[in-house]
Amino acid sequence: MKTLKYTLLAMGVSLLAFNCSSNDDNNMIIDPVEPDFSGTYMQADQMGRPAINTVFVSSASKDDFNVTIPSEQGAAYQSMFQTNLEGLSPAYAMEGDTNALGLDAATFTSVLATDVLTVSLDGTTTFYDGTNVLTGRALADDVITVELLLIFGGEDFTENPGLSDDNVNANDKAFLSSFPYLASAW
Amino acid sequence: MKKMKIILGIGALSVAGFFMVAADHIDAPAVAGGTSDITDFYAFQAEDTDNLVFVANVQGLLSPSATSEAMFDESTLIEFNIDTNDDKIEDWVIQAIPRDGKMYFFGPVKPTTTGLSSAIETTATTAMVDISSYGGTAIIENSNDMKFFAGPRDDPFFMDFAQFTEIIAGNASSFNEVGNDTFAGTNVMSVVVEVPKSMIGGSGTINTWVESKTKQ
Repeated sequence: MKTLKYTLLAMGVSLLAFNCSSNDDNNMIIDPVEPDFSGTYMQADQMGRPAINTVFVSSASKDDFNVTIPSEQGAAYQSMFQTNLEGLSPAYAMEGDTNALGLDAATFTSVLATDVLTVSLDGTTTFYDGTNVLTGRALADDVITVELLLIFGGEDFTENPGLSDDNVNANDKAFLSSFPYLASAW
Repeated sequence: MKKMKIILGIGALSVAGFFMVAADHIDAPAVAGGTSDITDFYAFQAEDTDNLVFVANVQGLLSPSATSEAMFDESTLIEFNIDTNDDKIEDWVIQAIPRDGKMYFFGPVKPTTTGLSSAIETTATTAMVDISSYGGTAIIENSNDMKFFAGPRDDPFFMDFAQFTEIIAGNASSFNEVGNDTFAGTNVMSVVVEVPKSMIGGSGTINTWVESKTKQ
């Protein structure tokens, strides 16, 4: 056993020596293989705000929505979003009906159809915390309840209370206060 | 065996109401259940308030047993898009792509082209982090004033999705008084980047979104 170790050591030394001696002609220096980053990458999926494609895009259009760039989403999708919103929450179909942000069906869906997340670089970042509206999306934000409130809750969040809160208010694992912030896997 | 698991998973979802799965877990047929399927996107101020954090999650609804086998796909580019002048066109991108157990990052960089087609911006600032393993400690790379992570994490999304589908299907008229988190106990594959705000506009409001792109 001990002999084997010495033999291996001797072999290692001779290999090193061989490598050193060959530096003169520069042929034995092996560069680490560079990963291949070539090629063209085509869009498959995209997402800005939570649940937008899921809730407001009709089944047959979900793939198309994922390959419509945000600057063209409003023109392409606002009317579909309005139809689907009024189908979900019939109050919106009534003239002048608004949500708690003061947005009627046409205005609200014109905001939603362009599926980007607006984020403030100046402080609080939250989907909605009672004061700040759409200044980001933090891990603990109860985004579904916010969206349900804006869809079903009417002008002051009091309409349809049974539809405006799913009564799941927090994640099943605590988030971290430091990077990478998400909880470890189950 | 893995295929069977996936088939069983899709079957269960179909029963629950296939046409709507939130947040964007399995949202569109072309990507549903695949390695390019984005489940969620987050952007928030970091513990260090000079920084902003971006989180992209893909491959949702991973059971713990499926998580140990889950991998990022080397043909799928994950791209964070940042629009600083409100024209809904990206001014900066941060790209993430896996190679041989590491996640490589490029940017923030002004993209050579905007829109649906991308090349990897190899001349941009580059960083890499070892992809963390299931059950292991989170591996974090600090580089160029940024922080990087890639690997399995608990799915941070929470919702009584099952009851929502019951409501939409007309089988229930309201949520339950105590909801049940349909996403409890499931994992995702996460990419997390923390970047100084000074690199992506400095102050004011940005628009941001995430894309997955597949190598042609």
